[in-house]
Amino acid sequence: MRRVFPILNAVIAIGVGLIVLTGYFVDLQGMMEIRLLLFQWAVIIGGVAVLVGIGNLLTVHLNKLRSRKKGAIYSLVLLFFMLISLLISGTAGLEPLKPLLLDGIIIPVEISLMAVLAITLVVSAIRMLRTRLDLPTILFILTAFIVLLGIGLRSFFGQLPILGELAQSEFIKNTLALGGARGILIGIALGTLTTGLRILLGVDRPYGGK
Amino acid sequence: MTSQTAGLLGIGLVLFTGFALTLLTLLYKRFPLHFRTIHAFLRIRRAASLVVEDGTRLHVSIGSANLLSPSCASALAGLALIRHLGEVTSLSDHPPITTTGSPTLNLLAQDTLRTAHESVATEQAFDMNNGRLTGLTPLSYIAGVMPSIRDENISNNILIGNFGPEVGLLTEAAERQKTPVIAASESLPAQAVLYATNQAPLIGEELFAAGAYTQAEPAHAASLTVQDLLRWLIILALIGGALLNMAGIL
Repeated sequence: MRRVFPILNAVIAIGVGLIVLTGYFVDLQGMMEIRLLLFQWAVIIGGVAVLVGIGNLLTVHLNKLRSRKKGAIYSLVLLFFMLISLLISGTAGLEPLKPLLLDGIIIPVEISLMAVLAITLVVSAIRMLRTRLDLPTILFILTAFIVLLGIGLRSFFGQLPILGELAQSEFIKNTLALGGARGILIGIALGTLTTGLRILLGVDRPYGGK
Repeated sequence: MTSQTAGLLGIGLVLFTGFALTLLTLLYKRFPLHFRTIHAFLRIRRAASLVVEDGTRLHVSIGSANLLSPSCASALAGLALIRHLGEVTSLSDHPPITTTGSPTLNLLAQDTLRTAHESVATEQAFDMNNGRLTGLTPLSYIAGVMPSIRDENISNNILIGNFGPEVGLLTEAAERQKTPVIAASESLPAQAVLYATNQAPLIGEELFAAGAYTQAEPAHAASLTVQDLLRWLIILALIGGALLNMAGIL
């Protein structure tokens, strides 16, 4: 059975992949229904995967707490709030508390993390000037400087004479920035295509098996 | 362009790519392919041999892509890397850990780690908790990964998958622990952040070259060559289109 399962997995994955891919390009009768059915199955599996994932989160942090590893106190906090969230979501009559969880805890914490990220990026840019001083780095910092000052300061001081015009010039926005972005995105699309085909040909098997 | 023409073009592109991929894979032994040096992949190879020797762990994070969206291709490239690194480092005292922000990706990461583990170390029991789901939103996922970077005796972090600009928090966390990071994302804002925060960032499609550079399997090398071939065709089409437009034909 150990040999049969990987082969069976590959046959199912490749077969389903081919059906979905063909359905994108060819409008055959019945193909749409099959694709829809497969997507519905995928959504159900995704839902079950969330439950498995929560179980995984629970066991990882329980193990951390049990072995009293470094930082185990954070695991205790996580487990406590996981329990509170489950209680609030699953108990009738506690629904009014749900917005409190979202607006009072999750959103403020995530906004704080974004603020930390802004500071982190400034520090990293300064560090980059110290550790990797080459032409691309200088261009990168200069562009960030022009865009940040040209657009960011507009709400305080109005349109700045040179920086503001530079940051919003059509040449920079539509030729340099858009051209570069499109080049990178074309490369990524080609990478996506070949990665998908490797899976369809059974070379890469993210579902296990040699 | 009608939807029928677009469909035919799409089928043509897929069939051509599939044919070129198969042909180049078969011809690989006779005509081996050589690629330019990418420092990040040299670092990954070095990191994999180091963790076996010094008893530390490798941490691979593959982002929070939804498996039903096109952005999951970068995570699938990350999974191929996990498979290879799992095989190389599973014999060490501390097998690699993976972190994800998507439940379905977490299942795939756990299964990939288990397959890699079983292919080299069947006597040792595999711990499913080496594959971890750390959060369900992008920021909670990042917040959940940071303690792993700090507390798990990690010597190298590899971040390959779908990340947003918040990946900067992970590179900073690794910087504080003085552990190297190799990072790549298919998202443009994340690439800009990684360029600023990382010593050897992987830009654009370099992320999909991980398999060819680390495993050196014929199909991976062939797919990289097919990407180059298609890129040249697109460049020629763009230049041709521009010339025809200037001449007033298009």
